[in-house]
Amino acid sequence: MPEQQPWEDPSGAVAGTGAGGATDLAMEEGGSLEKTPGGEDGGPAGKPRSLWSDAWRDLRRNPVFIISGLIILFLVVISVWPSLIASQDPLSCDLGKAQEGSQPGHPFGFDGQGCDVYTRTVYGARTSVTVGVCATLGVSLLGSVLGGLAGFFGGAWDAVLSRITDVFFGIPVVLGGLVFLSVVTSSTVWPVIGFIVLLGWPQIARIARGSVITAKQNDYVQAARALGASNTRMLLRHITPNAIAPVIVVATIALGTYISLEATLSFLGVGLKPPAVSWGIDISAASQYIRNAPHMLLWPAGALAITVLAFIMLGDAVRDALDPKLR
Amino acid sequence: MADIRKEPADATPNVTEVATVDAATEEAAVAAIDAPVSQGEPILQVRNLVKHFPLTQGILFKKQVGAVKAVDGISFDLYAGETLGIVGESGCGKSTVAKLLMTLERATAGEVFYKGQDITKLSGRALKAVRRNIQMVFQDPYTSLNPRMTVGDIIGETFEIHPEVAPKGDRRRKVQDLLDVVGLNPEYINRYPHQFSGGQRQRIGIARGLALNPEIIICDEPVSALDVSVQAQVINLMAKLQDEFNLSYLFIAHDLSIVRHISDRVGVMYLGKMAEIGTDVQIYDHPTHPYTQALLSAVPVPDPSARDNRERIILSGDVPSPANPPSGCRFRTRCWKAQDKCSTEMPLLAIPERFKGGETPASHESACHFAEEKDVVHAA
Repeated sequence: MPEQQPWEDPSGAVAGTGAGGATDLAMEEGGSLEKTPGGEDGGPAGKPRSLWSDAWRDLRRNPVFIISGLIILFLVVISVWPSLIASQDPLSCDLGKAQEGSQPGHPFGFDGQGCDVYTRTVYGARTSVTVGVCATLGVSLLGSVLGGLAGFFGGAWDAVLSRITDVFFGIPVVLGGLVFLSVVTSSTVWPVIGFIVLLGWPQIARIARGSVITAKQNDYVQAARALGASNTRMLLRHITPNAIAPVIVVATIALGTYISLEATLSFLGVGLKPPAVSWGIDISAASQYIRNAPHMLLWPAGALAITVLAFIMLGDAVRDALDPKLR
Repeated sequence: MADIRKEPADATPNVTEVATVDAATEEAAVAAIDAPVSQGEPILQVRNLVKHFPLTQGILFKKQVGAVKAVDGISFDLYAGETLGIVGESGCGKSTVAKLLMTLERATAGEVFYKGQDITKLSGRALKAVRRNIQMVFQDPYTSLNPRMTVGDIIGETFEIHPEVAPKGDRRRKVQDLLDVVGLNPEYINRYPHQFSGGQRQRIGIARGLALNPEIIICDEPVSALDVSVQAQVINLMAKLQDEFNLSYLFIAHDLSIVRHISDRVGVMYLGKMAEIGTDVQIYDHPTHPYTQALLSAVPVPDPSARDNRERIILSGDVPSPANPPSGCRFRTRCWKAQDKCSTEMPLLAIPERFKGGETPASHESACHFAEEKDVVHAA
């Protein structure tokens, strides 16, 4: 029986590439390997490369990343120094000019209270970007750490956490906001951010848990354990890079939701109180006058849309850069 | 090597128990693990190894309602420098044995002695030392390499976990040497796994297994996911590496021809138990256990005239559930020789009485009350 196997015969054509013929192998098996000439693929002397350095190299040349990065950078700059591009005071309003359209010096026109829409849109970036970015960061960190650990360790911790997320999913957002925020007296954005993080983390936790469970079943995690790798190493080197993609996608989409949630809460009177300037407040106020004065809605809503789009594009670019198969 | 292999494996080896983990005993354990073993000495001794996976019911308050007896008391020795093949059909516990030997799963009972240390009870530094010496090659080269790490990182990670093996500045060169050893271009160090074919990926997996210069490599179906011609390349590479690095292989597979090609000795598993174990000649040409005979009669024969003359043993029924295995002999429900004795008395893995002391190749360990020789492979 065995001597009739084609590969038993060391002089046979098939077995010729075996032990000794290792060098032929690259040619025979390597048909699918694209040879990239030049230093791009790294010669034997090329410097060590890793997922993160490759991802950064990839991102720097990705136009989507550059454009979204520039938009986000611009938003951050005007959030910190709104007076750089808006010389007026967002709170000095003239009721006589309420709902008027575009005029010299007031390119976006006036809102229902006669305030300059351009100035309010610029000043509103600070609140909206702060709420969006901080809430997303908080939700992502809390959710992925709790959900990821639950998925990785399983057992009682996982069971308890899953039941807790079920409880949080049962809380209606608006009702929860009314109850939670009505007892807070502070007029800053932080209670709103805290509330969003409190209600938002279970969503990310579920996604992170699921994708960690998928990733940890792969043989390469077992291989790392067989090598004697610690839990920390397995989580950081093997599981996180392979489980992070769905979290990035959901988190960047949720960022837009959080900015509008802040608007909803402000509209209900439990979010930011009126002297505060935010896109959400302006959008809520303008939505009643969409027929007679659409410009009041258009500008803050447009700014919100561009912001959300920039973050989604950034998340997409990062996710793609972390997947070597897409290069 | 052939002479020592005839010894029955049921004698308990002379061992030092490591029950506590205080520094002195741990130190001694590490020293024992790192000590060299001469060719032909037993390097790994498995004694009554048991792994039961509990079956539970209930969501919040789990209660055990039974157990899947994946591995139910198997014993064997692995000698330095040899290849021990383990064969058996799907679900017979082969891969569980591999996981137990790698301490990826904790054994329910039984011992695995590596150079006298029971690795099922080790932890900390001693366990790490064992892991340096026992490495594994996985079945599926598509899932056993992290898709988001370069080849250099995948192999180099072994040196990060065991920094004493290679000094920091030396690691990259060592990785390239390893790639060269397994027949890959060292310039591929910055590539990702998806840029390689299945056979090349398995070579990367082998390079990772070799990186720590282990003494034992456990191969869990290392070629079953590969194309036949690539299987031959990988098997030949493994045989070459065994000579070069003086490795001992525990080679798990369900392809009997490949196992015969690479193995010095072969163990046949059925439903969590070892049915028969012996040298490849003993098992393939002089099988005494009915299950081995049935298994061998199913091996494809390329010569049509030889095939017509061959007796095929067709077993009836299915493999019983490992959660509820038959009493007595595990194989009795499908065995054509089964008698009352088989259901009441579990046959032990030992040299059958009728062959004892004889110089015939049938004189090897077989777990059957009615063991008799039957050459199914060459039957004409």
